[in-house]
Amino acid sequence: MKTTTRVFAGAAFALSLLLSGLAAAADKASDAAHVDHSKFAALQQTFDSGPAVTRACLTCHTRSAKEIHKTEHWKWEYVNPATGQMLGKRHIVNNFCTSAVSNFDGCATCHIGYGMKKGFDFTSEENVDCLVCHDTTGKYHKQQGLAGNPVTKDMEWPPGSGKIIKAIDLRAIAQRVGKTSRVTCGTCHFNGGGGDGTKHGDLDSSLESPDKALDVHMNSDGNNFTCATCHRTDGHQVPGSRYAPTARDTGDAQLRGKADFRNPATCQSCHGQAPHKRDYAARLNEHTARVACQTCHIPTYARGGVATKMSWDWSTAGKRGPDGKPLEVKNDNGNVVYSGTEGNMVWAENVVPDYIWFNGIVKYTVIGDKIDDQSTPVPINRFEGSPDDGKSMIWPVKTYRGKQAYDPVTKMIAVTHLYGADDTAYWTNLNWEKAVGAGMAVAGLPFSGKVGFVATQSMWPITHMVAPASAALKCEQCHASGGRLEKIAGVYLPGRDRDHALWIDLAGWVLAALTLVGVLGHGAGRLLNRGNR
Amino acid sequence: MERVYLFKRFERFWHWSQAALIIFMLVSGFEIHGTYRLLGWQRATTLHQTAAWTLIGLWAFAIFWHFTTGEWRQYLPTTSNMMAVARYYSVGIFKGEVHPYRVTPLAKHNPLQRFAYLIVKLLINPALWVSGLLYLYYAELTRAGLVNFGVRPIALVHTAAAFMMLVFVISHVYLATTGRTPLAHVKAMITGWEDMEHA
Repeated sequence: MKTTTRVFAGAAFALSLLLSGLAAAADKASDAAHVDHSKFAALQQTFDSGPAVTRACLTCHTRSAKEIHKTEHWKWEYVNPATGQMLGKRHIVNNFCTSAVSNFDGCATCHIGYGMKKGFDFTSEENVDCLVCHDTTGKYHKQQGLAGNPVTKDMEWPPGSGKIIKAIDLRAIAQRVGKTSRVTCGTCHFNGGGGDGTKHGDLDSSLESPDKALDVHMNSDGNNFTCATCHRTDGHQVPGSRYAPTARDTGDAQLRGKADFRNPATCQSCHGQAPHKRDYAARLNEHTARVACQTCHIPTYARGGVATKMSWDWSTAGKRGPDGKPLEVKNDNGNVVYSGTEGNMVWAENVVPDYIWFNGIVKYTVIGDKIDDQSTPVPINRFEGSPDDGKSMIWPVKTYRGKQAYDPVTKMIAVTHLYGADDTAYWTNLNWEKAVGAGMAVAGLPFSGKVGFVATQSMWPITHMVAPASAALKCEQCHASGGRLEKIAGVYLPGRDRDHALWIDLAGWVLAALTLVGVLGHGAGRLLNRGNR
Repeated sequence: MERVYLFKRFERFWHWSQAALIIFMLVSGFEIHGTYRLLGWQRATTLHQTAAWTLIGLWAFAIFWHFTTGEWRQYLPTTSNMMAVARYYSVGIFKGEVHPYRVTPLAKHNPLQRFAYLIVKLLINPALWVSGLLYLYYAELTRAGLVNFGVRPIALVHTAAAFMMLVFVISHVYLATTGRTPLAHVKAMITGWEDMEHA
């Protein structure tokens, strides 16, 4: 009896310690913020729309909307200074859902604005969505189909479905705004390509609360980096765009107070050029001249238990189940491997990247470009680089293959209208000709009326999910025949057969073998003639 | 039978430690080359480098020893008697003839040996050393602008020289058995004393 009491008292004490610890942690978090937004008069109101919240934000943050207006996040448009190409979601095609411009109702859910459609006013300040990045409650949500607007009154969605979408409390959310987090950035960036982990492979919801093995920097029990720790944002400009990546950073670690306009999201911007300090440091540090850090330190991607899409074949879409609805087949992990509205898809986890020479220049296929050559998959984007240009590093990439609609007469990749409650959207009616016709019309491009399918390929740089040093690649994973870098040309990799001069090896072994045979023969001769001695 | 003290203590130490290092470097080197897996590439590379530095250290002493003792003269090439020695190894040895070369402490290598060792010392070793050191330091040398040909030619020279060393080692090990008895030379290299036979 006495023992039981003691145990109970001990447990209660431990619990109270734990609770007070948690409370202290919570206090610490709120102390870190300079202000308590719930005290602000401008936020003591009921907001009936997203723009109403923004108007309130702008009463204090007077220049924020103008800053946002300059960003890629807002414009969905980006001119690559190296190639002059006009990029951004409003101009490129991809091999996922192919194009945003014909599907704004759905795609604009990930625009940091309200109501982006064709003809959207990009100078509007109140249509900047502050909350999608600055929400700390996890309750803010932009309902797909509403062009990036949240639901502020209970509504039936989709119309006629009988499903009621509950309104969100914008007032409560606005009163608790704060810094961006892995969760807010992840709202869109973890879900690129249409779902969790689909597009990138190194960005998915497992990074909301990753352990050390998954990401040594974002480790929620350790370094706990947010996205902005590396993508150090100034004036709402988030550096580190994949449209113009930094393939090779030759600078040292960036110093506080020193004017430095390099991309702050590179490994080198913190680790410098000689990051290895322990075993084999000198030899490993030599590798940094040619090998991107990511190549060794991200052994595989999609490591957090969320699969990434490896290929998508739209040409098989269109099948309906016995119930007349589009057929859907899932694999054991719950990933859709066939969908009547989308075709066949292949998913994978713990994927070994492909490795390429990459100099930071990516050329894109943009809306309206013609396909010249179909003998190999059409490159939706092309990572440039070579061992000899003095700018390239060996980089890990995700190669993502598609088979998607195109117009066999005009040779243009189709801008497909997939999403919408109208008669032409493919996901509604499964009719390619109508869907492509509507999409091309939105893009202002000709359409012959014929739809074919073409194999395509895109590449995605692998740069997140950095593993702890102990899990980095071992020497022999590349220094071997058939190793990770088997396809990398232009460097001599000790241990890799393809680099050897065949004649040297051949001559060497033949000579050694002849010598051995010669001495053995000589020895045998001596043995046989030993009686002469 | 006469016994002659041919190999001094340092010489024997030098010979055997060099032999061990060279054989180990051949084994680990061809693993680094990708010929087989034995130690694991990373370990092979590390140990190969350690062995290289050890050998360089040993050589520093050996060079010093050769010049201070005058033993370097043992390697001066000569053609006198060369044909007789060549004939011995190709014919005489099978007939039980006595070796035509008379070994003395001041001239302990026969003309063929002198020639072979000279090739090793002037061609194979320098090729291995120079290419090996370039291999170790090409990154620094490239940065300093002293090297602009990349690692490939360095590696190819290193590999070719390694094959030559392999051929030398095979021949050398065999020829070590051609003494008065199969182990006579080996014994001499261990004790320093060689039993001489006379024609």
